[in-house]
Amino acid sequence: MKWLGIILICLFAGLLIYAEGDISSYGDPSSPASIHVSPEYIMRSYEETHTPNMVTAVLADYRGYDTFGETTVIFTAGLICYLLLGSWKRNDH
Amino acid sequence: MITRYHNLIISLACRIIVPFILIFGIYIILFGHYSPGGGFQGGTILAAGVILTRLVLGKKATYKKFPPQLGLILGAIGLLIYGGTGMVALLAGGNFLDYSFLPIPGIESAERRYYGILFVEIGVALGVFGVLLSIFDGLSKEK
Repeated sequence: MKWLGIILICLFAGLLIYAEGDISSYGDPSSPASIHVSPEYIMRSYEETHTPNMVTAVLADYRGYDTFGETTVIFTAGLICYLLLGSWKRNDH
Repeated sequence: MITRYHNLIISLACRIIVPFILIFGIYIILFGHYSPGGGFQGGTILAAGVILTRLVLGKKATYKKFPPQLGLILGAIGLLIYGGTGMVALLAGGNFLDYSFLPIPGIESAERRYYGILFVEIGVALGVFGVLLSIFDGLSKEK
């Protein structure tokens, strides 16, 4: 069982090292991340949203659904803290 | 139980600083369109201001001004503002969270998206503010 784990870890490490060769270098202007939607945001975000801060436009408008999920996660975390730490008295009966 | 911190310097500094912290938090929220900032950061600063009063003035005084139950209610209202903005756009004929369909008369589509972002940021700020405060109150409550 122990050896199986070691072999699996080695296999996954090999897979990651093999896949790492295909990652484009950091900040490469011809990488897929920089030629797909980024130029659209940079060119059109001010005309479409009248928001000079591109980050806010992407965060709250183009990726609004994502931010809605983030807010839900934060609210759920607060709800769970309230349920665990509790501030009401439990009825003992 | 956090009691009042009996120290003249800290108490006076808190009184002077806290209003500015709260105003700065609101500024960060509303100025997120033009500079780094927005709902998450502004809400955190607002929560820091209220938590500072909790630490310095004690619970007895601050629970009257800002009850601990209000935290989660504000968080829920914030989430409701966010979801409501999306639902209004949905009911007005667009996609969910497509602000260009918000029914604000007299302004063009890009301007409507500007105000949609503003509503959403206010919702996020209320949510973060309420949740952080609620977590602090939960952690610092007595048995």
